[in-house]
Amino acid sequence: MNIIVCVKQVIDPEAPPASFKIDAATNKAEMKGAAPVIDPYGEYAVEAALKLKEARGGKITILTLGVNLLREVVKKPLAMGADELILLEDEIFTSGDNGSIANALALAIKKKGEYDLILCGREASDTNAGQTGPAIAELLGIPCIILARKIEPIDDKIKVERVNSLGYDVIESPLPAVVTVSNEVGQPRYPTIKGIMAAKKIEPIIWKAGDIGYETGISNKTKLQKLFQPVHEAKCEFAAGETPEEMAVNLALKLREAKIV
Amino acid sequence: MSEYKGVAVYCEAKNDKILPIAAEGLGIGRKLAESLGQELAAVIIGDKALAQQAIAAGADKAYVIEDAQLKEYQPDAYISALEKAIKQIQPQIVILGQTDSGRELVTRLAYRLNTAATLDCVDLAIDTGTKRLLQTKPVYGGNAQAVIITETDPQIVTIRTKAFAALTPDASRKGEVVSIPAGLDSSIIKAKIVNRVVEEVAGIKLEDARVVVAGGRGIGSADGFKQLDEMAKLLKGAVGASRPACDNNWISDTAQVGLTGKIIAPEVYIAVAISGSSQHMSGCSGAKTIVAVNKDKEANIFRHARYGVVGDWKKVLPAFVQKLKEL
Ligand SMILES: Cc1cc2nc3c(=O)[nH]c(=O)nc-3n(C[C@H](O)[C@H](O)[C@H](O)COP(=O)(O)OP(=O)(O)OC[C@H]3O[C@@H](n4cnc5c(N)ncnc54)[C@H](O)[C@@H]3O)c2cc1C
Repeated sequence: MNIIVCVKQVIDPEAPPASFKIDAATNKAEMKGAAPVIDPYGEYAVEAALKLKEARGGKITILTLGVNLLREVVKKPLAMGADELILLEDEIFTSGDNGSIANALALAIKKKGEYDLILCGREASDTNAGQTGPAIAELLGIPCIILARKIEPIDDKIKVERVNSLGYDVIESPLPAVVTVSNEVGQPRYPTIKGIMAAKKIEPIIWKAGDIGYETGISNKTKLQKLFQPVHEAKCEFAAGETPEEMAVNLALKLREAKIV
Repeated sequence: MSEYKGVAVYCEAKNDKILPIAAEGLGIGRKLAESLGQELAAVIIGDKALAQQAIAAGADKAYVIEDAQLKEYQPDAYISALEKAIKQIQPQIVILGQTDSGRELVTRLAYRLNTAATLDCVDLAIDTGTKRLLQTKPVYGGNAQAVIITETDPQIVTIRTKAFAALTPDASRKGEVVSIPAGLDSSIIKAKIVNRVVEEVAGIKLEDARVVVAGGRGIGSADGFKQLDEMAKLLKGAVGASRPACDNNWISDTAQVGLTGKIIAPEVYIAVAISGSSQHMSGCSGAKTIVAVNKDKEANIFRHARYGVVGDWKKVLPAFVQKLKEL
């Protein structure tokens, strides 16, 4: 089974919220003092691909689009066990809206050719949109299943368990298809020393706009007008006491008094 | 772009009732339609009987797509049905709920209509100058919000649950009901739902609970969650959890609160051994009162909490429960 996983580099979404800053002039966000990481849900998608490869064999190609890509970051999926890394590293890809990015990914997937399954994370930790997977499916004219917690190949089809708010749906789809992956698929594995050594030897393939025929790829359907940090002002009243037990008693008294519980 | 006019809300329904989020969509849809001086339409898949509910909740007109093939939810069929309806109605704005199905349908629907979607909006307004829709949505896991404009019509959005107010239903409101034939060909269904498995635990639903007792990574075990469950029962509430607690199988995945879990707004949210990541807070910041128990005084949760205890939950909780029983 040939699997393509789309995964990007992001600012660390799990750094303490207090280190999150926005540069108002450029509408760009950063996590002060934290290094960039592979997008967490993209990592779950890599994990799902590795599970399929273990069960069925095949090849895993990682597709990463962005600028200022740090090699030690974007190579992590290789260190986890993926076979090949293609970097779409060209400023033009990020100069339009999110549709431009889906266009570039779809063109790269077409250029790559042979694929049975395309995996993405359920939503990126920066845009929180969850649109790239479905957009690629539409651009390629293939089925799309979102929020997978389990992917199982059966003959020339796949069976997917799709998370919902009550439990899950079981979905069957012909291949090729796009599937977006949720955390219920299982914790991404840590790269092994062997994996890290192997990844060192793999040179990423770099494709620019010209390599994938991107001439008409830029989309400007949406525009970011403003990016801001919402203010929330809660003042926490700490329960007094010498011991945790005393504090607990005081909390209970306080909550009862305020008719909160 | 001028041929597009009005606001349309896709009204999801369950058990012969439009969902609360559909009524919330009609509530904000009404406001937007009024500031544009245009009509508000409801789009319903299924039963004509739902039309009057949508009209009572604010719609001027209800379009009903009836087709035997739409009896059961299949995303591929629903996307085609909505595509057809929106092409006929030609609204300037389309609103869906950020529900299990809304998030699944919306991007692909937008592509079929050659436009773009913005998901999970918490604020919507019409720009007084350009008359375009200002779409505010949380990004960076809730650390920030983005205001986005769509330059193409229709401008399609999903709305976050409980972010907008529904109108008080007015059963005397009148409106036109228009039937749209779906004209579906069953071959469009490619990815097919073959089974639906319900896992949700019995008892008070997380979304409806007045009190939620939630546990995080610091709870450390399924046994720990049993203690939270006892406390929740005492307070007639439900148990929630952060993602790591669910990932560790200490509690069902359906208990996850947050950006990628449930978004709830209880009266009281008691967060135990939860650090208060932005993604987690996205799911519970609508709570009226947040109470936090955490051994780390610097934990972010205390920036959101109204009441707090700094200490080990294993010591705090038993004493807290004991005192509540006495009071
Ligand atoms: C795109 C994206 C979406 C996400 N969606 C969600 C989501 O929907 N919901 C969600 O919850 N997370 C989500 N996350 C994960 C999120 O970033 C955090 O990793 C997670 O919320 C942390 O959970 P936690 O607070 O339980 O764990 P931690 O951050 O590890 O915090 C544990 C806390 O427990 C305290 N503690 C430990 N032991 C004790 C003790 N004995 N007594 C008292 N306190 C103790 C510690 O001081 C600490 O503050 C998402 C992440 C991403 C990137």
